[in-house]
Amino acid sequence: MSEAVLELDHVSKRFGALIVSDDVSLTLKRGEIHALIGPNGAGKSTLIKQIAGELAPDAGTIRFDGRDITDLDMAARARLGLARSFQVSSLAPEFTAMQNVMLAVQAVSGRTFAFFKPALKDASLIEPAMIYLTRTGLEERANVRAADLSHGERRQLEIGIALALKPRAFLLDEPMAGIGAGGTRKLTELLSGLRAEAPILLIEHDMDAVFALADRISVLVYGRIITTGSVEEIRGHPEVRRAYLGEEAS
Amino acid sequence: MTREGWINLCLALGLLAAPLIAVAADEIFYVTLATKVAIFALAGAGLNLVLGYGGLISLGHAAFFGLGGYAAGILASQAQNYEPIASWPITIEGTTQMPVIWLVAILVSGLAALPIGALSLRTAGVYFIMITLAFAQMIYYFAVSWPAYGGEDGLSFYVRNQFPGLNTLDPLTFFAICYVILMIVLAFCSHLTRSRFGLALEGARQNELRLASVGIRPFRIRLSAFVISGMITGLAGALYADLNRFVSPAMLSWHTSGEIIVFVILGGVARLYGPVAGAMLYIALEFLLGGVSEHWQFLLGLLLLLVVLFARGGLIGLLAGERRHV
Repeated sequence: MSEAVLELDHVSKRFGALIVSDDVSLTLKRGEIHALIGPNGAGKSTLIKQIAGELAPDAGTIRFDGRDITDLDMAARARLGLARSFQVSSLAPEFTAMQNVMLAVQAVSGRTFAFFKPALKDASLIEPAMIYLTRTGLEERANVRAADLSHGERRQLEIGIALALKPRAFLLDEPMAGIGAGGTRKLTELLSGLRAEAPILLIEHDMDAVFALADRISVLVYGRIITTGSVEEIRGHPEVRRAYLGEEAS
Repeated sequence: MTREGWINLCLALGLLAAPLIAVAADEIFYVTLATKVAIFALAGAGLNLVLGYGGLISLGHAAFFGLGGYAAGILASQAQNYEPIASWPITIEGTTQMPVIWLVAILVSGLAALPIGALSLRTAGVYFIMITLAFAQMIYYFAVSWPAYGGEDGLSFYVRNQFPGLNTLDPLTFFAICYVILMIVLAFCSHLTRSRFGLALEGARQNELRLASVGIRPFRIRLSAFVISGMITGLAGALYADLNRFVSPAMLSWHTSGEIIVFVILGGVARLYGPVAGAMLYIALEFLLGGVSEHWQFLLGLLLLLVVLFARGGLIGLLAGERRHV
């Protein structure tokens, strides 16, 4: 288990009578893409929120790099190297794409309490930010306000910001949502290359992308992980076909 | 230079020219008006940091304006009466030296802003507005009910405080002092808002989830901005006390908080010279319309309504266009 970067150990969460995470145990290992699939309302995003620190679990522990992070807040977890992209793009809308990435670069540099040096002309922020924008195919759009970017470009920007955090693990919540076939293909390529940098916990509804990318897949239904396995195992799993793939086909 | 840059330069030069012309025309009263503009602009510049750049609507900045004023008033009146402010455990003497008074005003308002901000910033939106208002009202009622420094009647000191080498009793000299401080503070704010700290502060306003998810805690950024903001408004309060040679609980009342908000909104939220333009407009209206009718604030309200409905960027926004982050 030493190669596990992220470990969820019997994590449970309920909202009133609704159990959204039911004794979830999960690992994310070095170098892998671990996909988390499941029908709508299965509790995938809620699980991501607990891992990222937006929600606190009722029970269980979350370990990252061998360290118990269950009680750390979102910012502290991000600083440890947990980068997250949001299901619904969450950007600073008035800032340009470049400034959104610069914010991440400056956060990683650890020097936010600098009051005098002009940040927007600071080459030590701009140059790294441009690299991440280029990697996500946004170099032409660097000076466009996030609010004016297309939906697909905002998804790309989310990934660019995550990259800028130089993370030790990615949490990507439906990065492909609504970006069209061409965008999905490009993003699939990008994510595939990312696993060498840091493992990815991927929530995705696009099953072609999941089967193309994932090293392991966990299936979440009603807050429970019903099975974890390789792409082949999941494709053939009867309960999965019934609970998830079957439902999608209907 | 950008269009906004030119407008800012015009405003700065205009504010400087007004009292010079007034002196040449022997109309000293207008020097006092210009001084008032500079001081209100300074108070607004402080509030603009949290309200404009930070998006935090503080309805409690009168607390800092008044605390700065009382710091000046108490230090000055005690010194003039040759009584120490405290004799135990250490003797603290009053002073009539402006630089010392300013320092004390900045310190006192900063020390007040720290706990007020720390508690208020745990809330957001309407609750933030109400809790900042509540803190300011607490201080207001404390000042009203504390007889040692005049209570409800306020506190007068008879001679304006001194600045080494200058005759502060000369209206133009006192204007120059206020103007130079305003320019220094605006330069400071200009740097601050374009720094990494400024980037994070504006990031927190736009999307605090985003800021936290890259690893920056919005709370710390906002609290720092709140304290700096309180210090600037406190300094303005000290100058205002010296302008009137009088402080009273009115400086601490929520009317004052509202007025400071009006300067910022009239001039342009999150624009460097917004509070300058706003304070100019406000004083001009008060003077021109106040002469016509004592209900001039009705017209001010109408104007404010128009600004909020049709010119979100205030006067600066109207002249320089929408704000860009460049």
